[in-house]
Amino acid sequence: MSILSHSLPAAHDSAPVELLRRRLPWVLLALLAVAFGLVPWLGDDYWLNAILIPFLVLSLAGLGLNLLTGYTGQTSVGAAGFMAVGAFATYGLLLRVPGLPLPLALAGGGLIAAGVGFVFGIPSNRIKGFYLMVTTLAAQFFLEWVFTKFPWFYNYASSGTISAPRLEVFGHDLHSPTGRYLLTLSCVVLLTWVAVNLVRSQIGRNWMAIRDMDTAAAVIGIPVDRYKRLAFAVSSFYLGVAGALWAFAYLGTASAGSFDINRSFQILFIIIIGGMGSIAGNFVGAAFISLLPLLLNYAGQNLLGGNVDAGQLQNLQKIIFGVLIIWFLIKEPEGLIRLLTHLRERLARWPLRF
Amino acid sequence: MSVHREFRKPTPMRQSLQRAIAGAVLALSASSVLPALAQAAPNEQFVPLATYRVGPYASSGIPWWAGTIDYLRYVNEVEGGINGVKIAWEECETEWSTDRIVECYERFKNGRDGAPVAFFLTHSTPASYALMEKGAADRIPLIDPAGGRTESTDGSVFPYAFPLLLTYYGQASVGINYIAQREGGFDKLKGKKIATVYHDSPYGRETQAAIELLAQKYGFENIQIPVAHPGNEQSVQWRQVRQLKPDWVFLRTWGVSTPVALKTAARFGFPADHIIGDVWAGSEADVIPAGAAAKGYQALAPFPGGDGFEIHQRLREQILDKGKSDLKDPSYFGKVYYNIGLVNAAIAVEALRAGQAKFGNRPLNGEEGRWAFEHLKIDEARLKQIGFAGLLQPLQVSCSDHEGGGAARVQQWDGEKWLLVSDWVQADRQTLRPLIEAKSAAYAKEKGITVRDCRAEQ
Repeated sequence: MSILSHSLPAAHDSAPVELLRRRLPWVLLALLAVAFGLVPWLGDDYWLNAILIPFLVLSLAGLGLNLLTGYTGQTSVGAAGFMAVGAFATYGLLLRVPGLPLPLALAGGGLIAAGVGFVFGIPSNRIKGFYLMVTTLAAQFFLEWVFTKFPWFYNYASSGTISAPRLEVFGHDLHSPTGRYLLTLSCVVLLTWVAVNLVRSQIGRNWMAIRDMDTAAAVIGIPVDRYKRLAFAVSSFYLGVAGALWAFAYLGTASAGSFDINRSFQILFIIIIGGMGSIAGNFVGAAFISLLPLLLNYAGQNLLGGNVDAGQLQNLQKIIFGVLIIWFLIKEPEGLIRLLTHLRERLARWPLRF
Repeated sequence: MSVHREFRKPTPMRQSLQRAIAGAVLALSASSVLPALAQAAPNEQFVPLATYRVGPYASSGIPWWAGTIDYLRYVNEVEGGINGVKIAWEECETEWSTDRIVECYERFKNGRDGAPVAFFLTHSTPASYALMEKGAADRIPLIDPAGGRTESTDGSVFPYAFPLLLTYYGQASVGINYIAQREGGFDKLKGKKIATVYHDSPYGRETQAAIELLAQKYGFENIQIPVAHPGNEQSVQWRQVRQLKPDWVFLRTWGVSTPVALKTAARFGFPADHIIGDVWAGSEADVIPAGAAAKGYQALAPFPGGDGFEIHQRLREQILDKGKSDLKDPSYFGKVYYNIGLVNAAIAVEALRAGQAKFGNRPLNGEEGRWAFEHLKIDEARLKQIGFAGLLQPLQVSCSDHEGGGAARVQQWDGEKWLLVSDWVQADRQTLRPLIEAKSAAYAKEKGITVRDCRAEQ
């Protein structure tokens, strides 16, 4: 059935071009109001510290990678490397530039990460697909090595660990869970808003043209190389800010080991499962990847804890998690966000069926 | 064929399957919202366990936590709890990743069903670092024996961090002291060459300052040779060792780099019995893959291997033979990692006992837990009573000293098992203390911490 709807052109509910019709996104506004207003008062430490902050940071990282992989079509497995750049650069700025306010330090960390991303994006002029992926893999290992090898980056601490020197914005101390949550949420909302507009703009359309077919994009006059490098830079900016938030708003400390290849894969899975080329998909994917294992662990402990051998139980959770990923991807290869869109459309027509 | 079927209308069977799966998912998510089955009661002491039974470190995590759980179970079932207070524990799987350990800490820091938490076993140096400020803010002692942040030994700056038994500096010092013992005195160290082959990571570099200081004091030549992670090719390093001809090699590797180091050393003709491994390079998993090359290799052991200690006899009788052990493979009984778990649990239980002596026989909270750990004293007589003589060193923790012991025994691999070849070798803690105090003072200044006056606490 879905084949039919794809192949027949004129299946619009309304006129295809209707530029002026813009409704206020009530649902989104309500969600934001709850996130900013209610959650900090209702949420306890556990929810803020261990659930919401990592979820938001991973969503932001997913968003960064999605701009590069989902929108521009350049596969990268070096996401965590750029997160490390952001974290270490923000730390360095806060440490070495006295009096620099936190928002500027975060932005600076992001900009330095963007610069590094730009450099590692240069090979994308010549190499494509799997080969480009291997160069991003090299970036991942190189960056991890740099932040272990040169003690200057972590201020000669014997442990190689960096910790946030100070977390304050305009005199407000952000060390409490609520403060760190609001900091993270503000960054994520702001950057998401920028991303939404970015992908709708000329830049975003050029990226998507390159993703869909770069030869055709070049033929219609899009400077392909420049836009690919731009995608690397913008993506790395997002990843850099996410890395700094991961280090300082969530864990409180970080070392090169916090941004290893597994983190890169985690972020890649977030966008594959959430939905490539979708902004909301990052949030769904991050929820799936970061929260589902906790949910399974929790459910396993409560339902079966004590009756089933603990080792078996942990392996069982891994199996369920894997099966769910496979099942969702078979059901909808375009990601969970697609599944949700279908569900919404179906509900809108209920009880009629398409 | 199957492709076509994909686009057909769902058959009743497929629908029911989908409903079943959807139902299962719903049930799982609902169960997390519903109140949990009561597993702890307010009159019990709750102990959260951040286990790792899957993932890359599972092979050490499984016996390690089995040791801890077996001892807690022994205390509950044979001794009737700690002065009658039963211990309740619950696991969360972390795969030894820092963010999952932080999540586990957050999940359980307020206790469970009214049973309070008196301490949190971090089991991981990165997690100890990550939780350092959270633990101090939430008043939960973080216990990380033979690991953790070295300068948190200074309890006046780090009231809630306990790198018990032997810090990384202590490990370096015990290594040097044992070499001096073998050479026949500290004066014999003068002019000797001691090479440290280390895993090039924060863990590997942690001891550099301490060895540098000791080299100045005793006049030996300090050679540092890094091995890049993961360290499965070390020809360059051991060729360098052969050229420099050190008298001793202090091996501070980890994971796969240990057996590779031993094998490569044998290939380049460096004698295994002149290699001293540190704490985390001294388990069965480190030497068995090296085969014959590991024979004669010695390693520091604040928790020695072996199942001949008194506590093993008791556990075998009461737990293992009754099928209550957490170990699925009984051959791990008495292995180094299992014994680490035992020792950690025993220290925690003794600390709770010390706390109950002051606060009464009831479960303790985090603040009382800190007091308990700071007044923990286990002497030889007590070690004999609890069956840990020879397995655990006498321990006395105080407000200014969160390490307590500072000693390790040395064990030697005979090709099949670890044999203890020395008694407890004490670290030179007086010499290292100024180094630790300088670092903790710097931390206090950076974070704006008011330093506690430990003399007033006595």
